[in-house]
Amino acid sequence: MAPFVIYTLLGLGIPTLAVIDLAFRSNSNRLTLSNLHTVVQGTYRVGFVNSILLATITSIVPGILGLILAYAVQTARSNIFRRLVATASGVLANFGGINLTFMFIATLGSTGALTLWLNVIRLNPWHYGFNLYSFYGVVIVYMYFQVPLMVLVITPALGGLRPSWREAAENLGASSFNYWRTVGAPLLLPSVLGGVLLLFGSGFAAYATADTLTAGTVTLAPIQIGEVLNGNVISGEEHIGYAIGFGMLVVLSITMILYGLVRKRASRWLR
Amino acid sequence: MASVVSEIGVEEALGELPQIQSDPARERRPRLRIWRAVVLFFAGVYFLIPLYAGLKFSFENDQNQLSLYAVKSIPSTAGFASAFFLSLRLAAVTTALTMVLMVPTATYVHLKLPKMRRVLDFVTILPIVIPPIVLILGVLKAAPLWLRASPYLLALVYVILALPFVYRSLDAGLAAIDLKTLVEASRSLGGRWVSTLWHVILPNLRAAMLSAIVLTIALVLGEFTMASLDLWTTFPVWIYQFSQLDAHIATAASMMSLIGTWLLLSVIVSVDRSQSRRTRRRAGTL
Repeated sequence: MAPFVIYTLLGLGIPTLAVIDLAFRSNSNRLTLSNLHTVVQGTYRVGFVNSILLATITSIVPGILGLILAYAVQTARSNIFRRLVATASGVLANFGGINLTFMFIATLGSTGALTLWLNVIRLNPWHYGFNLYSFYGVVIVYMYFQVPLMVLVITPALGGLRPSWREAAENLGASSFNYWRTVGAPLLLPSVLGGVLLLFGSGFAAYATADTLTAGTVTLAPIQIGEVLNGNVISGEEHIGYAIGFGMLVVLSITMILYGLVRKRASRWLR
Repeated sequence: MASVVSEIGVEEALGELPQIQSDPARERRPRLRIWRAVVLFFAGVYFLIPLYAGLKFSFENDQNQLSLYAVKSIPSTAGFASAFFLSLRLAAVTTALTMVLMVPTATYVHLKLPKMRRVLDFVTILPIVIPPIVLILGVLKAAPLWLRASPYLLALVYVILALPFVYRSLDAGLAAIDLKTLVEASRSLGGRWVSTLWHVILPNLRAAMLSAIVLTIALVLGEFTMASLDLWTTFPVWIYQFSQLDAHIATAASMMSLIGTWLLLSVIVSVDRSQSRRTRRRAGTL
């Protein structure tokens, strides 16, 4: 036990505390709020707003798509197919970073395979203002791991909807819509919300994919931290990175607290 | 984001599957079947086209002709060998450290401090809440200079990143065996702690450890954020840098690493399944 405590203190506790501490210190090591003041304004504020927007879009849309996909897979008859999808989701949800970036450049880059196909039918997205190396490009790419992540998270909850509940509802004269409205949806809602919160955290914290795809040109909070670490910052603002990091920790802590609350609620029925 | 997933894991999703009974009432609805086919078709298209495009690009040359030159020239490309070996060394060190740290800890907590399991659950989920980009920021500030000069600082941090799923994997493995009886039997036969751990617990934890090891290796071989900010050219960092010189070779290397990860992860799934089949059989004979 002792080695574990020491290791996590050194490897996790001290670095995190260092970030929080330095977020509140000036260059002369005095306590100050000016770093935090700076990061809620101007370009750093844009970074946070964009990151939260990105995380919101890539949690709600893949949350819904993942739910629909998981339900479609769940109601399929073939057992082998369901296993295959579960394995594939596990692998795809772990995608990210450089591999995903290259795959999408080969797909939707200006000479990507899909771009060229669409070009044949005169629907080349680049001609309609699309740019893969932009905010919306990042959104499309993030879906690739967020949808499978949602499938992974929500599948156990869907499996927990017992057929007997549906039969009971039907015996009482409920239509399919009635069943979903009064039984299915209320039971699934906490799990779906939990999944969406998890996706939010994952989309908010991601760095590698956005950085490699846009070469750091898109304004997101994690990318700004990377810029500071790489030394691309006005002198005297070195502590800004820690303040952004602190802001990210705050957002993620709130997300995880909500996630914990929602999960408590979800586990009431689905166990 | 990769780390978030591992918490849920393939096995957990798979484990739930056999419980779902097919519902005859559902199969009678033709509308549902059409709807399902449409959903699965679009999902298939979305997930397969990028894979196809990535592979196609890997097997093409500059003139868009089918060619093996990119795949063939990866091993001899400048910087590949050193980057790949650095990643392999980091994977080995990380895996060894993680196992030495976590197997005794998880076993001890299961055996002696069951109340601490909640604390451990909480601590090991933290690396998911604290994003790698923030953690490396703190690590680069807090680590002593001699450590910052060594690539193995990355291995030390990767141990932290691996904690969530390594602990969950071991925790599930320990919960599945009758640890107390095994340990008491070994102790009453005169086995010492170390030999009990080595000869009794480890063999029973083989499947859980294997999945933890595979996930750790996959994590280290694919980690980009920390390595690039710590300025070490690991395999993924090399791929990124090299893409400026030859996109085909870089894409081919990244598709290879992807297929490698895929194969590694499928090892877990198959081991997991044979393990659960064995448990079921054993339960049947008892």
